[in-house]
Amino acid sequence: MASQCRARVVGPWGASTLGLVLLSGCGVETFLDPQGPVAAQQRLHFWQVTGLMALVVLPVLTLTPWLLWRYRDRGGADYEPRWGFSRGWEIALWGGPALVVAVLAALLWINTTRLDPYAPLASDANSLRVQAVGYDWKWLFLYPDLGIASVDLLAFPAGRPLEIELTSATVMQSFFVPALGSQVYAMGGMSTWLHLGADAPGRFRGENSQYNGEGFHMQKFEAVAMDEAAFEGWAQNAATASALDTAALDALEQKGVASDLAHALDRPSDDILFGGLPDDLFARVMAETAKAPMAPHDMAAGR
Amino acid sequence: MTLAGLLDAALGRLDWNALPFWEMVTHPSASSIINGLIASGAAGIMVLGALVTIWALTRHRLWGTLWRDWLTSLDHKKIGIMYVVLAFVMLARALAEASVMRTQQAVGLGGGFLSPEHFGQLFSTHGTIMIFFMAMPFLTGVINFVMPLQIGARDVAFPLLNSVSLALTAAGAALVMASLLFTPFSIGGWSGYPPFTETGFSPDVGPDYWIWAVTLSSLGTTLAGMNFAVTIYKKRAPGMTMFRMPLFCWTALCVSILMIFAMPPLTLATSMLALDRYLGFHFFTNTGGGDPMLYANMFWLFGHPEVYILILPAFGVYSEVISTLSGKKLYGYTSLALATICIAVLSFTVWVHHFFTMGQSASLNAVFGIATMLIGIPTGVKVYDWMLTLYRGRVRLGVPMIYAAGFLMLFVIGGATGIVLANPSLDYVTHNTLFLVAHFHNMLIPGLLFGMLAAYAFWFPKAFGFRLEEKWGRRAAVSWIAGFILAFFPLYGLGLLGMPRRTVAFLEPAYLPFTLIALVGAGLVLFAFGCLVAQLVVSIRERDMRRVPVGDPWDGRSLEWSIPAPAPEWNFAVLPKVETRDPFTEAKEQGRAYRSPEGYEDIEMPRHSAVGPIVGIAGFACAFGLVWYMWWLAISGALLSLGAMLARGFARDTVRIIAAAEVREAHESWLAMVRATPRIPRHEENTPANLGHAIPASQEEQS
Ligand code: HEM
Ligand SMILES: [Cu+2]
Ligand SMILES: [Cu+2]
Repeated sequence: MASQCRARVVGPWGASTLGLVLLSGCGVETFLDPQGPVAAQQRLHFWQVTGLMALVVLPVLTLTPWLLWRYRDRGGADYEPRWGFSRGWEIALWGGPALVVAVLAALLWINTTRLDPYAPLASDANSLRVQAVGYDWKWLFLYPDLGIASVDLLAFPAGRPLEIELTSATVMQSFFVPALGSQVYAMGGMSTWLHLGADAPGRFRGENSQYNGEGFHMQKFEAVAMDEAAFEGWAQNAATASALDTAALDALEQKGVASDLAHALDRPSDDILFGGLPDDLFARVMAETAKAPMAPHDMAAGR
Repeated sequence: MTLAGLLDAALGRLDWNALPFWEMVTHPSASSIINGLIASGAAGIMVLGALVTIWALTRHRLWGTLWRDWLTSLDHKKIGIMYVVLAFVMLARALAEASVMRTQQAVGLGGGFLSPEHFGQLFSTHGTIMIFFMAMPFLTGVINFVMPLQIGARDVAFPLLNSVSLALTAAGAALVMASLLFTPFSIGGWSGYPPFTETGFSPDVGPDYWIWAVTLSSLGTTLAGMNFAVTIYKKRAPGMTMFRMPLFCWTALCVSILMIFAMPPLTLATSMLALDRYLGFHFFTNTGGGDPMLYANMFWLFGHPEVYILILPAFGVYSEVISTLSGKKLYGYTSLALATICIAVLSFTVWVHHFFTMGQSASLNAVFGIATMLIGIPTGVKVYDWMLTLYRGRVRLGVPMIYAAGFLMLFVIGGATGIVLANPSLDYVTHNTLFLVAHFHNMLIPGLLFGMLAAYAFWFPKAFGFRLEEKWGRRAAVSWIAGFILAFFPLYGLGLLGMPRRTVAFLEPAYLPFTLIALVGAGLVLFAFGCLVAQLVVSIRERDMRRVPVGDPWDGRSLEWSIPAPAPEWNFAVLPKVETRDPFTEAKEQGRAYRSPEGYEDIEMPRHSAVGPIVGIAGFACAFGLVWYMWWLAISGALLSLGAMLARGFARDTVRIIAAAEVREAHESWLAMVRATPRIPRHEENTPANLGHAIPASQEEQS
């Protein structure tokens, strides 16, 4: 990802909180440096909220030290030990925050509805359907319409919206590509939905953000937005890989990261692609997870 | 049955593997040795600490005193103090763990020295301890000590129940401590989400430790909540109407009600998880029709009110501290009381904001998001009310005020980031990242912890009769504030860079500067804790310089300052009659303070009882037995605690009469001493001249 490396300022938020100009390295784009429409809207909303909150916060940050100084003991300032109520102040104190919250609430409603992860993105292009299955500690991406699958690599054409259906073959996980925007949980026996998109080709870091044990911190994947032609090529290449058979499914279920899987499947590299999918694999994984009996050897294997 | 078979049954699933050094002895490798040494070191420190304590108690023949004057005492003040001692001990451990985590992440680029499992245990114990065994005991202790004194009562409504609550909490804490020696603790975090914590994924004892520790604590807390609520409703002194109570009592009341309604969902959730794990139920499993989402709802139905249980008492403390140390009436008393009630009620309507990302509909998320923001209104009102209390006051920057000032400025920043998180669409990009971790520490450290440390400095003289040393106290307060800023503001940055929480190591060089700064902050926080220890040692050593026998070192406003320091067992020789808010200030201003009462009466106080400690020890045994499948121990523990409570039902002789003459003798001699003691102005507050006899600030001449 060396081509991606460039110094970048996180933004006034980071700068003001840390009092530093913070430089970030490779591939750490997040919604503050958005690479897709969802994240872009989130950045806008974030700064709106931050700006409004500054109206509340700044008076406290400036006036508290002033009050402490101005009214210090033996400082000679006015002293009114019995003053404890003022109608004007009461109205301002309740009214001010109420007003700010009203504006924030309106923004909240608009953005929550607009950025509903379940709602398809507005686009002329038809979306690409991907099914993501969380394993310990890797992601399997199924492309049901193309009959291919990949592990820890989410390739998709930039400019075409992504329609992701999520489940987990194990404990709760959370699918998150910070540069593109929203995350949503993946849970066993259920499916959830997430719609994302990228503006331009690029490689983005993806992760599971919900702790799921020892390999959690290694459960990263790459989301790669390609131009349409490159994606075609990638998909054709993937189609030539061996199929996602029972052996591969068993191997996926073993705890381990992608390289452990590559090793188990005798694949030369960590780019694990599958060229054929059983029918309804996603639904089957979901059903299996929900009914899998708790095998005694699983219970003994722990620690 | 053979001897070996008997031993097996007796020990359940406890074997050599449980010892923290076993792995490194049997499977030595660089990683197992480093992690084994750290874990064994921690266990060693605990064992050593216990041995030194036992040795010291024996050496100074203090076992009898400890048992008679403390453990079996039903005096709310002593129980309060024991709660706070427990909180400090647990704070020390949880801080040590936090520093180890910070050190790990500071070298965590591509590795570090901790194993993922060890790191998992650290954040789980740190979080569990900080919430259940540091914060909760601290605030319960402070309420216990202060609230009855403020409402003019001689004790809480149910003194024995009070002792049982403490014992249950202590038993839970002891269980977490035991997991240092007989490992492992859970790696499922302080929230213990299934299905990760179900047997299918975590068959070891870890989640069981967590379940039983939290269950014990939640039972203790529910009982404490009932006790406090009834005390406030029923035991107020004559004339102490609700709207004459000091604000701290309002927060104590709201907290008690929150405890009563918020703890049961937790007790239920952990019990259901236990049923899943022990008896093969399927409440929260993936399989068999279970539903982990149910757990998320139940846990946060407790969890969100819990954060207000943690914060409201601190709000009460700040209200007292800011008004007293400004020598001025609290601004907006009614607003503050109403805002407290609003917050308490609203806190039950927002729990979904902890899992906006679980796939529910946008409108549901939006409703819960807006409900969350609404809490910002009463909270904002409070902050401005405190600032208006400073306005036209005479502000003394004593230690509690330093904490309060730090709180005001830092808390609003945490509030602002909370508002960010309340927006579902922004939570989608900050949830589960260090932004969230930074946010809740930003609320809990300036909010809860600074509030409790302010309370400790403020009421210490009332508990022990002497003030705490100022210089070390200031050092501690300033280092806490600076340390907090350095340790947690970088985490906002890391969160915005997408770094997930609970991450042992990472591959992004961009994270490194942030984790390094945070390490410096953690170091400063440790230094602050060291200052607190130094302060205590110096204060005890030089206690004669700082005695305040008259009992009013800060020109206090409420009833607790009108009695001697340390407070006598019966609190009030004669129950006060209350006619206003700030009754003691009025009395001082009108020259009515320290008058001899018209007559004395016999006082009835509860007798000591061993039921509390017995229930605690038996509760610990039961829980430990359950964790390790030592069924004999679990059953005996359960029977013993049940038996102790039943036996108590037959006890007749539960009160002790203190004769009027004895009370008169003590009180009159104190009053004589008060009259002989010169009054001091506020600027001599921190000098040896301060014997606790104050010139009311409003009558002090200042040019
Ligand atoms: C003052 C110094 C403190 C430091 C340096 C500190 C540090 C940490 C660290 C490093 C984590 C793990 C973050 C991660 O997930 O990556 C953590 C988690 C946590 N801390 Fe603290 N902490 C401090 C005080 C507190 C206090 C006062 C409380 C509560 C009253 C608290 C409650 C928690 C909780 C609940 C968690 C979450 C544990 C989990 O993930 O399950 N901490 N803290
Ligand atoms: Cu909450
Ligand atoms: Cu919050």
